[in-house]
Amino acid sequence: MGFFHQHRGLTPYLLLAPGLLWLGVFFLVPLGFLAYQSLQSGSIDFGYAFTWSWGNYWNAIKNYHGHFVRSFEYAGIATVVALVVSYPVAYWIAFRGGRWKNLLLLGIVAPFFVTYLIRTLAWETILADHGFVVNTLRDLHLVSANGRILATSTAVIAGITYNFLPFMALPLYVSIEQIDVRLIEAAEDLYASKLHAFLRVTLPLSLPGIVAGTLLTFIPAAGDFINAQLLGSTQNHMIGNVIQSKFLELTDYPAAASMSFVLMAAIVASVLLYARAVGTEQLTG
Amino acid sequence: MSAVAVDAKRPPQSLFSTAWAFVKRNVLTVYSLLFFGYLLLPIGIVIAFSFNNPTGRFNYVWQGFTWNNWRYWDGVPGIRSAIFLSLEIGFIASLIATALGTSIALALVRYGFRGRGTTNILVFLPLSTPEIVLGASLLTLFLNISFVTFGFWTILIAHVMFCISFAVVTVKARLVGFDRHLEEAAMDLGANEWATFRKVTLPLIAPAILAALLLCFAISIDDFVVTYFNAGTRVTFPLFVWGAARVGAPAQVNVMGTAIFVVALSLMLLNVLLQRRRESQVRT
Repeated sequence: MGFFHQHRGLTPYLLLAPGLLWLGVFFLVPLGFLAYQSLQSGSIDFGYAFTWSWGNYWNAIKNYHGHFVRSFEYAGIATVVALVVSYPVAYWIAFRGGRWKNLLLLGIVAPFFVTYLIRTLAWETILADHGFVVNTLRDLHLVSANGRILATSTAVIAGITYNFLPFMALPLYVSIEQIDVRLIEAAEDLYASKLHAFLRVTLPLSLPGIVAGTLLTFIPAAGDFINAQLLGSTQNHMIGNVIQSKFLELTDYPAAASMSFVLMAAIVASVLLYARAVGTEQLTG
Repeated sequence: MSAVAVDAKRPPQSLFSTAWAFVKRNVLTVYSLLFFGYLLLPIGIVIAFSFNNPTGRFNYVWQGFTWNNWRYWDGVPGIRSAIFLSLEIGFIASLIATALGTSIALALVRYGFRGRGTTNILVFLPLSTPEIVLGASLLTLFLNISFVTFGFWTILIAHVMFCISFAVVTVKARLVGFDRHLEEAAMDLGANEWATFRKVTLPLIAPAILAALLLCFAISIDDFVVTYFNAGTRVTFPLFVWGAARVGAPAQVNVMGTAIFVVALSLMLLNVLLQRRRESQVRT
């Protein structure tokens, strides 16, 4: 260990090296290869060659803009629904949870302990054509006599919402839990109505949680293809379904790679727009 | 007696209004309980259907109770090897990722060095990249290296890659709230850097390392997307479920889903209980 004493400045780099090397070689470098692949042309039989073929990007947008729009629409709706649905619960746990807080939080993350695919399949069972939910909705005439929920956009959005709900609820809880209750009491003492106190004090103070929760939900949701595959029909396919099938079934690597980049660029762009709208200090702080 | 009689004579409307008054007063609690019902409903379905006795291949409609799916948990071809591959990958990947992640966290919290900002970004990036892009880019890397064959090693590499950042975040959170004076005291008492690390630092951050290990294991065993892109012909448990879902998943899938759920939940419950005991010990 004398070596470390003589070269103290080296220690952090020695600690960092293996992990960062792994991330560099298997995360950063692959992104480079993805870019390289996205500009190739040719076919799987005769081989692909790098030709700066920017047309792949143009084709991706021209042929699949519907899928891109749908992905962002589904992810956006799911994110908003998840926010609205889980905010009251996060609030309830933070302020009324008492000594049960940890147990209630465990309840929030419990869905994560069931394999993602299996809990999505469970929704397939719940929403099945002659299942309890559909029959009830038919009796209430909310769904027509031979209408279905499976294979509709509703089912896909519901599945995405459910699967990413804990990603929304946990950051919300963390930021609401940190709010000093005396601030809310002060607002009420100063004759703010309960609603006013909430809108002017609680909500702004929980903004970091809202921002973190929406990003953690939206980013994975936009790239998801499992819910669309298991709960939707081809009419509900998202861009993830296209990328997946182009890569693994059609082996059209350049097209799939360029689509992946368009997806990433679109996500980064929307995150930046969002950050501008809510203020960047919310993202870093 | 008379009170009961009065109660019985009350018109149902007032019973309804009492209930309504209760709901109105506790609207947030009632809503939250409904929310938990919604959150836990699919889990209940998974557990219930692991005891279903389906007549055909499809496990969608409740037919009757049976223990057979549990007794013959590996009665479906391929499920046994898929589970063992998932466990094997999970163990090795979480060990490697936690070791690498812990060292990065130590460097980030303990040392001032050039490139901290870049390191933070590099750790943060994989967490904010959609899984499909992680999987696809790794696939193009392997496709372009002629000597790589898809299988165990490509899956392992992928899993370590997406677990590292989670390990860093978990251990870092613990290190930030760590009293450095304890280490300084050890050094003042003549311990060298290595002995201090082994005898003071490591025991103090051991809970965080354990948490990182468990988290990485859980993420690894649940991963579908990245694995799907890089598995070749090997089949992990989530890949098995995916394949089975196309033709109707057998009840054994629910058995394994329930088993994983029960193990994970017990570990977390144990953690909550230990935490509560520690807190009450601190208080007294």
